[in-house]
Amino acid sequence: MKENTAIGIKDLHKQFGDQKVLDGINLDIERGKITVIIGKSGGGKSVLLKHLIGLVKPDKGEIWVDGLDIVKLNEKELNETRKKFGMLFQEAALFDSMNVYDNVAFPLREHTKLSEKAIERAVEEKLKRVGLLAFGEKMSSELSGGMRKRVGLARALIMDPDIVLFDEPTSALDPVISVTIEDLIRETQTHFQKTYVVISHDILGMFRIADKVAMLSNGRIVAEGSPNEVRRSNNEMVQEFMRAVKMPALSGGNYA
Amino acid sequence: MFENLLQRIISPVENIFREFGSIGLMFYQSIYWMFRRPFKFDYILKQMEFVGLNSVLVVVITGVFTGMVLALQSYHGFRKFGSEGLVGMTVALSITRELGPVLTALMVTGRAGSAMAAELGTMRVTEQIDALMVMALNPIKYLVAPRIIASFIMLPLLTIIADFVGIVGGYIVGVKLLGINEGAYINKTIQYLDLDDIYNGLIKAAVFGVILSVVSCYKGFYTSGGAEGVGRATTEAVVVSSVSILISDYVLTSIMF
Repeated sequence: MKENTAIGIKDLHKQFGDQKVLDGINLDIERGKITVIIGKSGGGKSVLLKHLIGLVKPDKGEIWVDGLDIVKLNEKELNETRKKFGMLFQEAALFDSMNVYDNVAFPLREHTKLSEKAIERAVEEKLKRVGLLAFGEKMSSELSGGMRKRVGLARALIMDPDIVLFDEPTSALDPVISVTIEDLIRETQTHFQKTYVVISHDILGMFRIADKVAMLSNGRIVAEGSPNEVRRSNNEMVQEFMRAVKMPALSGGNYA
Repeated sequence: MFENLLQRIISPVENIFREFGSIGLMFYQSIYWMFRRPFKFDYILKQMEFVGLNSVLVVVITGVFTGMVLALQSYHGFRKFGSEGLVGMTVALSITRELGPVLTALMVTGRAGSAMAAELGTMRVTEQIDALMVMALNPIKYLVAPRIIASFIMLPLLTIIADFVGIVGGYIVGVKLLGINEGAYINKTIQYLDLDDIYNGLIKAAVFGVILSVVSCYKGFYTSGGAEGVGRATTEAVVVSSVSILISDYVLTSIMF
């Protein structure tokens, strides 16, 4: 495994019933970069992401994080590795029994012995970074989709994790809010210099913020590299994606 | 043909046993996590409030009217033999041994068991349970164990209330409304009602508390299929809990009395 690899995925297989979801994934995720895994909806992206943090066990294959194959770890060892991760879920997965402040403070309260004062400082710093400092008292049910994602991001970052996973960060958001979330992902990554792994089908938005792109198709990685390299790839799947997002006005199409 | 038929008989039975196995496994894990630090007292207290305190009113109403109707029914029966004095004893024994614990458990299942399944089910389908796991926190410890402990403690306490108000309800109907001799009513009750009757009823209640919380949490915890799945889990939690309570009541009674 190369020195700058944060997560090394080797020959990962997963099958649900007769359906092969992951069919031999090989991918090295670079440390301190944003890696975006692009693929069709229902194409196994979420399943792949859940493997990285041990929520799903593979049928076969290895996932190396800091010199440990997390597939082979027991629950206790796995939890030690999980502390290096943060995750932003698709619908943010905020605890609806708690307000925004308590949601963000929760991991600190459970895992550290910090004083309430120190927790308050940490939570306010993170809430400020996502632009929601004034919303600490709100319950998660009172927030819009975009705000929930921002709180989810603050919570994912609160333990200063080495690796942050994003499950479809811009799905179900309008284009304007999507852009602000993308910018926030880019900004926080530039600031904290952590490893970000994003899965998405939003190829346009993600090419804007990605350092590396990997294309997932039929359970395999069919193209990977910088956004420009992937854009120029001859792979059929990549081309299909690129065609689908070309807007008439931008491509000078025949829709006048 | 024959194999097919055999398969159709065996597979539902197999499913039932598999489910009982999974429920048992969850109970075992909960017990394991109950005794691991740090203890989640605030979570347990919150659940005790929800399962116990918030059920008091419904348990009181159930208890009073059960005691009242028992007195009314048994009065009409006993009057034919001129032994109205036995009404008090009948009410007290029926309530403390059977109706107190069973009806309390069924009411709490309807009120709190359904809510447990719906709450955990919603947390499952909105990935809140996954979020706990990603934070390296065990969801059984945070979500399931406190509910089981709370139910185990609160069901006997609620049953004491049900027993008390049930007996009072019987007294009001028997003595005040139907005019049974007060001395006979109270004497017979004290003469035939042993503390063991009450204790055994409370043991039953504790067992029912464990059953309804484990089953409801299990159904919620393993929900799948969005909002529809949550609805299904809630219904199944109430049905399976109630049936299990009634079956285990027979088993417990046959052992105890």
